[in-house]
Amino acid sequence: MAKPKKQAGTLSLGAISKTLTGISGLDEITLGGLPSGRPTLICGEAGSGKTLFSIEFIVKGALDYGEPGVFMAFEEKADELKTNVASLGFDLDQLEREKKIRIDYVHIDRAEIEETGEYDLEGLFIRLGYAIDSIGAKRVVLDTIENLFSGLKNDGILRAEIRRLFQFLKSKGVTAIITGERGGKSLTRQGLEEYVSDCVILLDHRIINQISTRRLRIVKYRGSVHGTNEYPFLIDDEGISVLPVTSLELNKDVSSASISSGVPALDQMLGNRGFYRGSSILVSGTAGTGKTSIAASFANATCLRKEKCLYFAFEESPKQIIRNMDSIGMNLQSHVDDGYLEFYASRPTLYGLEMHLVAIHKAIRKFKPDVVILDPITNLITIGSVSEVKTMLVRLIDFLQVQQITVLFTALTLNTIVSEQTDEGVSSLVDAWVLIRDIENNGERNRGMYIMKSRGMKHSNQIREFIITDNGLDLVDVFLTEDGVLTGSAREARLLLEQTGEIIHEQAISRKDRELIRKRKVLESKIDSLRSEFESAEEELNKVYVEEALKKQIMGDTISKMTDLRRAGISSSDKSRSKKIKK
Amino acid sequence: MSKLYELRLYVAGKTSKSVVALENLKNICEEHLKGQYSIEVIDLLERPQLAEGDQILAIPTLVKKVPEPVRKIIGDLSNVEKVLVGLDIRPREVN
Repeated sequence: MAKPKKQAGTLSLGAISKTLTGISGLDEITLGGLPSGRPTLICGEAGSGKTLFSIEFIVKGALDYGEPGVFMAFEEKADELKTNVASLGFDLDQLEREKKIRIDYVHIDRAEIEETGEYDLEGLFIRLGYAIDSIGAKRVVLDTIENLFSGLKNDGILRAEIRRLFQFLKSKGVTAIITGERGGKSLTRQGLEEYVSDCVILLDHRIINQISTRRLRIVKYRGSVHGTNEYPFLIDDEGISVLPVTSLELNKDVSSASISSGVPALDQMLGNRGFYRGSSILVSGTAGTGKTSIAASFANATCLRKEKCLYFAFEESPKQIIRNMDSIGMNLQSHVDDGYLEFYASRPTLYGLEMHLVAIHKAIRKFKPDVVILDPITNLITIGSVSEVKTMLVRLIDFLQVQQITVLFTALTLNTIVSEQTDEGVSSLVDAWVLIRDIENNGERNRGMYIMKSRGMKHSNQIREFIITDNGLDLVDVFLTEDGVLTGSAREARLLLEQTGEIIHEQAISRKDRELIRKRKVLESKIDSLRSEFESAEEELNKVYVEEALKKQIMGDTISKMTDLRRAGISSSDKSRSKKIKK
Repeated sequence: MSKLYELRLYVAGKTSKSVVALENLKNICEEHLKGQYSIEVIDLLERPQLAEGDQILAIPTLVKKVPEPVRKIIGDLSNVEKVLVGLDIRPREVN
């Protein structure tokens, strides 16, 4: 029996070569896609998404990777298939015209067929081979080959031929997907997994607590590392998105840059910097403590820095949040208009936890925010157990940190004893934990805020009073007295008291100052009078001396004059005497 | 017996099964449909594009296009009774 022209397979002895599927998330789980040039079995129950999965593989291959594909349908007619996937935006007709894909519907009707004697499925091989060669296909889907068993009676021939078919696909060097219906005991009804030994993917559709979740698991992948968990996946208007549960390693980059929390006083408590970029922050508190306000404030600050913020609201509608925040001086609407802020509101009960996670992932991938806010995570607990919520958040944090996205969760605590608060157990996962609690005192309820932890950052250990004003949020120092922590009006009263005391104190000081000045003046005047007294005494003393000298001189003069008079005339001596006096 | 039988036999190369099938077919036709039939043998190795039109999977496949309804008989046609039933020459056993 002659076979169609063979092509060299892409089997290599080294690392297995892989073909990207283009299905969001799947390539990450499989670390690069499906094994190139080999068949992969996708099995699952009816309605688990096998056909969609495989058609997306073909379409993405044709559109994104330049690999034409053949879709051989045993179940749905080509027209039905085209209509079904048109809702996902796949225009199969167009692709077929461009010779990028080829859809071959294989019709098997038992009523039309009579079997007599020996036969083989060479006709199918030739058809497939012709389809592959006509467009140079690199990808092939057989959906679902098990239908052959319902059309043909001779199981022995069929099994031998299916085994040969997989060999044929390998020899053609095409990356193939074979779908199979889930059987009772084995993975597929006809035990196709026996023939496909390279890669088997199981799709599952489970309903827990009335909420359905689709899951995917790689049962085996020979020659490759792969994620072994069950990964939830979502089918929506853009096709399939698979969600990697957690990255396999804990080696994400970290940033030492920090971003403002939007509350300057809170930044101060955090070493005057704010939160680290790419970190995760938990804001927890009892009802009505302003968690949403802090979250909105953070969002506001982000948008004001011209960065993008994605706000997941699980409790309030976006309009409600915008209105409420407007009342404390934050214009979130303008950020929404500018495209920096996007709300994503959904009721937690809308779908399962995993679906939420997938939806969150998708929204994040699409919007590419710098900051993500989840407000509040507490509501998610209504649709899953604590441990489930925790796993989900671990995955989310993981995903966000890899992307260097800062995330802020808010959580409602019902328990007022701080040490017992676990907040869905995420407190150990987050990098910073801001706690707001009510302080009841003096017939008032006030909000006290403190930082439970902030990894890698010097932070304040003080409780501050958290106040919400018309202009936003602020923190003020609380007063610590012998009566305990003073907040609210008690703090105001205390402040007033201290102010009064200060003024009195200041006055006392100024009175003392004035007295000092007066005393100095008195003493200075005393010094002046003493000095003048001394001067007059000195003058007196001087006068005596001068007089004495004068007297002496005059006496001397008189004596000499007398002597002169005795010798010469009076006239000449008169002149010299008058001169002396003038002097 | 004025009906004209248009028969197509799909084969893939000259395999033993194909040769046997063609011989069996000729014998059956000569015996039961003498002068009322035409046989077209289509080798899919030469014309693979024809496989899709008649929904050929198995080789060999005998397709009765005319008269209606279309019937397919797969295998080497070694069971004469089944072939005759398949060609609507013998009435189908009700079971």
